[in-house]
Formats: sequence, structure tokens, C-alpha cells
Amino acid sequence: MKSDGNLVELARAGIRVNTDWLVRGVDMSVAPGEIVTLIGPNGSGKSTTAKMALGILSPTEGTAHRRNALTVGYVPQKLSIDWTLPLTVRRFMRLTNPLTADECSSSLELTGAGHLIDASMRHLSGGELQRVMLARAIARRPDLLVLDEPVQGLDYGGEIAIYELISEIRRTHGCGVLMISHDLHVVMAAADQVVCLNGHVCCRGTPSDVSKHQSYQQLFGARAGGALAVYEHHHDHVHLPDGKVQHKDGTTCHDCSGEHHTAPDQEASSAAGSQNEGRLTRVG
Amino acid sequence: MLDDFFTRALIAGIGAALVAGPLGCFIVWRRMAYFGDTLSHAALLGVALSLLLQINTTLAVGGVSVLIAVLLMLLRRSNTLSSDALLGLLSHSALALGLVCLAFMTWVRIDLQGLLFGDILSVTVVDIIMVYAGGAGVLAVLAIIWRPLFAATVSSDLAAAEGLSPNRAEVIFMVLNAVVIAIALKIVGALLITALLIIPAAAARRVAASPEHMAVMAALIGAVAVVGGLYSSYYYDTPSGPSIVVAAMGIFILSLLPGLSALKWAGSRIKGGRS
Repeated sequence: MKSDGNLVELARAGIRVNTDWLVRGVDMSVAPGEIVTLIGPNGSGKSTTAKMALGILSPTEGTAHRRNALTVGYVPQKLSIDWTLPLTVRRFMRLTNPLTADECSSSLELTGAGHLIDASMRHLSGGELQRVMLARAIARRPDLLVLDEPVQGLDYGGEIAIYELISEIRRTHGCGVLMISHDLHVVMAAADQVVCLNGHVCCRGTPSDVSKHQSYQQLFGARAGGALAVYEHHHDHVHLPDGKVQHKDGTTCHDCSGEHHTAPDQEASSAAGSQNEGRLTRVG
Repeated sequence: MLDDFFTRALIAGIGAALVAGPLGCFIVWRRMAYFGDTLSHAALLGVALSLLLQINTTLAVGGVSVLIAVLLMLLRRSNTLSSDALLGLLSHSALALGLVCLAFMTWVRIDLQGLLFGDILSVTVVDIIMVYAGGAGVLAVLAIIWRPLFAATVSSDLAAAEGLSPNRAEVIFMVLNAVVIAIALKIVGALLITALLIIPAAAARRVAASPEHMAVMAALIGAVAVVGGLYSSYYYDTPSGPSIVVAAMGIFILSLLPGLSALKWAGSRIKGGRS
């Protein structure tokens, strides 16, 4: 997979905090015009992997390379805006680079958030915030677009629209896209390459390859791979006492969906996770 | 004109407030009030050092504050300094340590009252020059790092991902804080510096339409508080540093009145078209 044109490339990359490896041995790359999706249960190291690719975290072992003068557009999982900060959408759009009024409003229109331009960032709903953050990232005309859970808080129709928009931006701008998602169903359709993580790379390949892969089925439950008929998102909710996820038996939580609410979330995104729960089970 | 102690106090106080306002906005936005408190309490250690080594107080306070600011930031980054309790511990330990060090120096007479609550009526022309030269430097650097620092305030990860070096901006911001504390020590004293930083910023929140607007408003509100506080201290014979803080508090309470939102709309019109 080593090639010169890649926007970003991780080789055997891993991050250790104290004695625990958050993620280890990740080989991954994003080429221009390619959509790569990271999937995996909570705490599997998806966000950590993306942060290595972005250079926010430097790998404890292995390497992370980014192309020179790479323009990145990043949609983080959450923002921390204090109530004392008077921040409108218009000002937020210019957070990291200057924009003309036209560039600003046209990318907001693109994500369906044009009417929000004078709204206060603190008063946006989860879905509106996602649209605004995506618009800001797109307005930078990035070479690489990195999206951490881009559809959290969006309803089903909005979710499809956003994924279609991401595919379209990839086509028109030719940028590479690195996406993190809980959500297997729509991701499967949009991605060129899926990397399934659980502390390490479980499996990878095209969406249909991955969905048939044995370790993917173990990770997300046997039914998730069942001919893509039931797009059911099963977290593997067996957490060992040391905080690791036991992913051997995805079958134990099959008939008790309530476990989602009691199992400890390993990621800081527990609030986002609970937003997603409303659409966990879906027939496509 | 500068012969008059009251005029000197006004000029120095206004200068300090103009610098403290914009910086205070970042302290408020970044939820660092306790952090600023710790830094300003540590300024007493700087005073002790300046007496011991016979060097300029403002320089010594600035030096010690920079050192402690960087130390605090390293501790914070290694995540050992995350809790409120630990910052509170450090803040008051620094204060107590400074006081104990000063008490050991029996050969100098120290105006402890002035150190803790400010001694604005005794500012000299040299002090005024330091306030304005240092202040202009601080504001100029703040303007340069504004974009990365502001982006890092909204999301540090986002700023880092998009190549704005948030860590560098944060280190510089810490140093600016230390400089402002050194400047403001004589005006309001170690115990009240945080008030001069955050109360005008908090008061500006209600009338501000954008972050930049809020920074300007905080500077102006701080200056008004200095003038109001000094005049009331003059007429009612109250201590000047605390009077300034009380005046700032008064403006903050006024800012909570509903009628003031009219100002905000005016502000949003002015700022609206700007990039």
C-alpha cells in the first residue's frame, strides 16, 4: 500500500499511554480522491488513529507521514465553547483562515445550514452543529477532509444527505476523506476502503469485503454481516475489568439492547453515543 | 500634569485595564480564572526575590510569573494538574510561601497592604512607562497570535489539525499573562489582579456581538472601572485597589440589566460585515 501520492500514511503506528496501548500497529493511508472509513466499537482507537494521521498526537511507535503543505479540514467530535464566548456561525466559519462572505455563505448553503449564519454557536442543535462544522471544513478547500462522527445528531434523511455531500465534494474537489463512524450501514455505501479497528486493525478492504470478514462479524455481531440485510449496529459491550473490550463473543448482548445504556462508554463521546442509540436498529 | 499623584494613578490604572481586558477575555473563555489566580499569587514570590537580589520589582515579578506559568502549563499538559483542588492548593501555597519568604527578610520594611491590595497612588513616572511599554508589547503580541489562540480556545485539536500550532500560541499567551500580572501588581495588588482580568471581561459578555468586540469592550469597561474606582476612593477615602474592583463589579451588575442588549445589536451591526 505504500505509494508516493498519499496524502497521509501511517506505518505500524501506535500510541501508548502509561502502560496501555490505545491502538497499535496501524497501517493505513489516504490517497487523493479516496474515502477511507475507520469503524470499530467505542474505545477501539478510531479517534486516536485519526489524531495520529492529523499530527495532533505523535505515535509512540511507528510513523505518521503527511504530504508537504497539506491543507486539512477537520470536523472534530465536539467543541468546547464556554458560555462567555460570543461566537456566531459567521465568525466560526473564519476560525482558522479568512474567507470572503461568498465562500462563507455558499459552503453553509451546501451543507443545508445557510439560514444559521447569524446564529450563536451555543444555541445550535447537535445536527445543526454538525452541518456548520462540515461547512467550515469544506470552505477551506482542503486536500484532506477528516470527519470524526460527521452524522452524530442528524436524523436519517439528513445523514444520507451529508454522506452524499461528502461523496460529491470528493468528486468535485478531488480531496481525500478520512471518516470515523459508528454507523456501518451508510458508511458501507460511501467508502472506498474500510478499516475496522479494535485496538489494532482487525480487517480492512472494500465495504463488501469487510462486511463478510470473520473478525468484523465477531466484532459487530454475526447479524451485521448477514448479507447486509439487517444493518444492525451492535457494540461489543463486554468490558473487561481493566477497561479493554472483549470482542470474542458478540452474541451475548443480542437480545438485551438495554445494555447500551448501562455499559460504560470508553470514549468521551458518550453523549454523542446516546444520541445515536435512537437509530441503532434499522432495516435497510 | 504628571506631578499630581492622582493623575499618575489614573494614567497607570487605565493603561493596565486596557491590557487586562482583552487578555481577561481569553482567561474567561478558556476557563482559566483559577489559573490566573495561582499566577498572581505567585507574584509575591517575585517581590521577595526582587528584595533579596535588589532588582527592579516589576522585572522580578515578571520573571517569576513567566517561570511559574510555564511550569503550570507543563504540569497541566501532563494531566497531573487537572483538578480544581490541585490548582487551589497551588494558588494558596504560592501566596503563603510568598508571605513567609517576605517575613524572613527582617531587614526590609515591606508595605504588605500595598502588595496584596495595590498601591496605585504611589506609582511613579517610571511605573507609567513600564505599564504602557509593556502593555503595548502585550497587545501587539496578542494581536499576532490572536487567530491560533482563538482557534485553540474553541478546539485545540481543530487548531492543531489545521496547522495553527496551538501549543506555541498557548505558551506565548502564558507569558503575556505573566507580564500583565507584573504590570498590574502595583495597581490592584496580588489578591485582586484576577478580578481586574475577569470582571471586565464578564461584564463585556452581555454587550458583545463577537469575540473581538468583547475584547475591546472589556478593555473599555476596565478603564471606566479604574476611573470610577479611583474617584470614589478619592471622595470616600476608601482603599484604591479594592475600590476599582468594586467599580468593575458594579458595571458587571449593570450589564445584567435587560436594557443593555440594545448595545449588542448596535455592536453586531458594526462588526457584522467584517471578516
